Amino acid sequence: MNKTTVFCAAALAFAALPAAPARAADKVTIGFISTLSGPSAALGIDIRDAFVLAVKMNGGKLGGLPADVIIGDDQFKPEVGRQLAEKNVKLDKVDVLTGFVFSNIMLASAPIAFENKVVYVSPNAAPSPLAGRQCNPWFFAASWPNDAYHEAAGQYATTRGYKAVYMLAPNYQAGKDSLAGFKRFYKGKVVGEVYTQLGQLDYSAELAQVRAAKPQAVYIFLPGGMGINFIKQFVAAGLSRDIQLITPGFSSDQDIIRAVGEPMLGIHDAAHWALDLDNAANRKFVAAFEKEYGRLPTVYASQGYDTALLIDAAVRDVKGRVEDREALRRALKAAKFDSVRGAFRFNRNQYPIQNYYLRVVAKDAQGRLVNRTAGTIFKDRGDAYVDECPMK
Amino acid sequence: MSGILILEQTLNGLQFGLMLFLLAAGLTLVFGIMDMINLAHGSLYMLGAFLAATFVSLTGSFALGVLIAVPATAALGMLLEVSLLRRLYARDHLSQVLATFALILVLNEAVRIVWGTDLPLAAPAALSGPVEIFPGMLYSSYRLVIIAVGAAAAGLLYFGVAKTRVGMRVRAGASNREMALAMGADIPRLFTIVFGIAAGLCAVAGALLGPILAVQVGMGENILIVAFVVIVIGGIGSVRGALVGSLIVGMVDTIGRAFLPIAFGAFLPPQLASAAGPAAASVLVYLLMAVILYVRPQGLFPARG
Amino acid sequence: MPRVLRRAALGLAIAAALAFPFVMGAEGDAYYVSFASRILVYALAATSLNLILGYGGMISFGHAAFVGTGAYVSSILLAEGIASAWIGWPAAIAASALAALAIGAVSLRTRGAYFIMITLAFAQMMYFLVNSMKAYGGDEGLTLPARARVGLGIDLDDAQTFYYVALAALAAALVGLHRLSHSRFGRVIQAIRENEVRAEAIGFPVYRYKLVCFVIAGAAAGLAGALLASHGKYVNPSVLHWTQSGTLMVMAILGGVGCLWGGALGALALLGLEDLIANHRIAWVAALLPNYQQHASLGVGLTLLAVVLFAPQGIAGLLARRGSRVHDRGSR
Repeated sequence: MNKTTVFCAAALAFAALPAAPARAADKVTIGFISTLSGPSAALGIDIRDAFVLAVKMNGGKLGGLPADVIIGDDQFKPEVGRQLAEKNVKLDKVDVLTGFVFSNIMLASAPIAFENKVVYVSPNAAPSPLAGRQCNPWFFAASWPNDAYHEAAGQYATTRGYKAVYMLAPNYQAGKDSLAGFKRFYKGKVVGEVYTQLGQLDYSAELAQVRAAKPQAVYIFLPGGMGINFIKQFVAAGLSRDIQLITPGFSSDQDIIRAVGEPMLGIHDAAHWALDLDNAANRKFVAAFEKEYGRLPTVYASQGYDTALLIDAAVRDVKGRVEDREALRRALKAAKFDSVRGAFRFNRNQYPIQNYYLRVVAKDAQGRLVNRTAGTIFKDRGDAYVDECPMK
Repeated sequence: MSGILILEQTLNGLQFGLMLFLLAAGLTLVFGIMDMINLAHGSLYMLGAFLAATFVSLTGSFALGVLIAVPATAALGMLLEVSLLRRLYARDHLSQVLATFALILVLNEAVRIVWGTDLPLAAPAALSGPVEIFPGMLYSSYRLVIIAVGAAAAGLLYFGVAKTRVGMRVRAGASNREMALAMGADIPRLFTIVFGIAAGLCAVAGALLGPILAVQVGMGENILIVAFVVIVIGGIGSVRGALVGSLIVGMVDTIGRAFLPIAFGAFLPPQLASAAGPAAASVLVYLLMAVILYVRPQGLFPARG
Repeated sequence: MPRVLRRAALGLAIAAALAFPFVMGAEGDAYYVSFASRILVYALAATSLNLILGYGGMISFGHAAFVGTGAYVSSILLAEGIASAWIGWPAAIAASALAALAIGAVSLRTRGAYFIMITLAFAQMMYFLVNSMKAYGGDEGLTLPARARVGLGIDLDDAQTFYYVALAALAAALVGLHRLSHSRFGRVIQAIRENEVRAEAIGFPVYRYKLVCFVIAGAAAGLAGALLASHGKYVNPSVLHWTQSGTLMVMAILGGVGCLWGGALGALALLGLEDLIANHRIAWVAALLPNYQQHASLGVGLTLLAVVLFAPQGIAGLLARRGSRVHDRGSR
């Protein structure tokens, strides 16, 4: 018992001072938690930048109410994401939670929102369990079902006639979903199905295995920094000479192109959106994003932007009464807004039904490396799990 | 199992092992000579990587950037030693552990404040493609350079420790500090030099591994533990032990990561096999350390007689 | 500190701890009651470390492994449908005690720096093992449907109730530690810490005493782990990482290692300080250092560094006041 005791008693008293600010019912509070640091930060930063841009273009409002967006960084760690979510939901009393990039972090954190009747609108992670048996009325996926890009890529590989494919993904729910999705539509031979560690950056061991297996194509699901490293090392090991690399859309998007460069030319990928999609909302978005941030948006950015527009429409529909959670939920489900991807509607499990396009990395009119649409793979596709969902 | 696959995985293991050696050598010298447990050793590795990334982008040349970063990190290391760490030599191990743990926190945040959480570092364009070692066997040229640099560093260190006067004093300090002091060695300066060398070696590893892994805050924490395992296996204070230990650990880890998932894949579904493989490889390494500590606690090549 | 003042301070602390949830009262501050519960659980973990560190003089850098074992065992049982705390928590305690027995049996045969490193390595081994358990979440962790069920009208899902249960656990641990340290066993352990050679020469089976101490601490850590898992309804391998062991050590040191209240005070100081910096913006500090709130661990690191460097009596001194000397220097 000494000075430390006194100091600690004081600290306790200090910390006990209620510091929660007075809650005003005349604004909408959004909790935005994403991966804003580390090798995969580019993804979270893109979503955040687009979301913030949409709010700004709306005059700092969502649905007519001033928007207070509280931004947090989960540092790619589920326990940090969860702590931030708890703070957002219980201390800051947010009306809507959003932002997570990675499914594992989202699955650890979003349940806090569900339990407290706060909607979570996902600008990215949309894992299969929440589409099927564990579908949740408080979860909305404004992006695409986790499997979707992979199903489209699998369909493309089948159409293209690749006889032997080697697959890699990180060892977590989204990784498992991705390869399952690819296999659902790929009818050729799978000569390798490898799950790497989440966050792994050195693929020398795996690349040696790929070389030994002699596939015609390699399909990877490696988001963010993982994908950048893999593609660089794949090319460095000389494997790109004989093997075609197929990826889901985001693994060949602008952030990867910026990091890897010319070796990306010719990669084929599948996505629900591209820079050159021809609709008014998209043209406005791409121009505004490039003007504000000096770079081209990725799919992640398009999803972040759409998330903001979706919330904006819902808040307007409930005429600003965001405290009525049920009404807000129903308004979100109706999804009456102009998405940058074209037509948007929710399935009954609150996952989107939309088109998926084939894209190829090529140079645009200004000589920049971009993804250009090269065809439609699926039209109005939902997901494979909706039948297991009891929601109506 | 093709010969090419085995050769490629062997090269991978060699690459990892040699980089590990750069870290372990410094760590074992500091521990052996100054009797200090330095948990912040991984932070020097991180500093080296960040400085390399900075200088590479400033000068536009990878080689030049690394050549500047290494002595810069060594200088920072020596500064740290003179101002802070030398007060810990006389203290008990608990104090050293706590102080250097605190140092990890401080350095992580300091790096975050100065540079942000991560920096890009790319291999030189000339080395971004493969080299044909022999017909049919392609290997990343950059990784070959890493192996070459690691081997050269090992050679230089051996030469330095075994054949120079400074090296002789270092070996004397490692094997019996009190006697070395009694014989008139200038211990404080020796310690500073040793710490500077350790920091420089960390910088080389950090700079070279940066393009393969990622230059990010906290990158030292995971590799630090492996380095400790290596010096325990090799014998504290022994550079030769650090080399042997690193190569053993590097090979076991790489071979484990490469072939265990295949072995497990025979009776486990792919997702479980992929998870069990690396875990088993890591456990193998720690098990090896535990066995050595039990059977031969001084390590394979103890520095002290 | 004069006895009367000490008694008064103790009484005040107990009263404050008991009254805290009522002071927080209204729904707006369930967050703080939950936060306080977290402090209590960490206090329990840090106290268990204090037993082997402060009283036993064993510098174990792998204590997080025992907390983690308790957390995972209780979580797995909950995930498998065994909701009763009467099964889950004793199972967690038993599992951690077993882990401590296994790890301690091997580690305690080493001394000094080797002991530190081998405990660190074992903890990392467990971390990788748990990380690979895909069936229970692996890297993503395990989310629990609800907290453990106690029955008897005690609903752990209520924040206030959980707070009191955690408080009771901590109180039991502190009482236990107090009794233990004044018992014959406790005195032998402290004698071993002061001078192991002498204790051995006198005839005490040093290894056995240390192992028992290690196992007791492991068991208590297991309970802390089970409470932690129930509190957050979430567990992931990071709870076993060696940096968590470091955090527990920091708590024990800041609070006063070897002092009965060391673990509790340290947990309060560290977690309270972190929350203070991160969530309560102090205007004048922000004016000087604009982003200071995001760099809380810098302050923690510097404080710890200062304590170790400039208050060399800090650690040894607190022990010295108990009439002993830290004597681990150079033991191999």
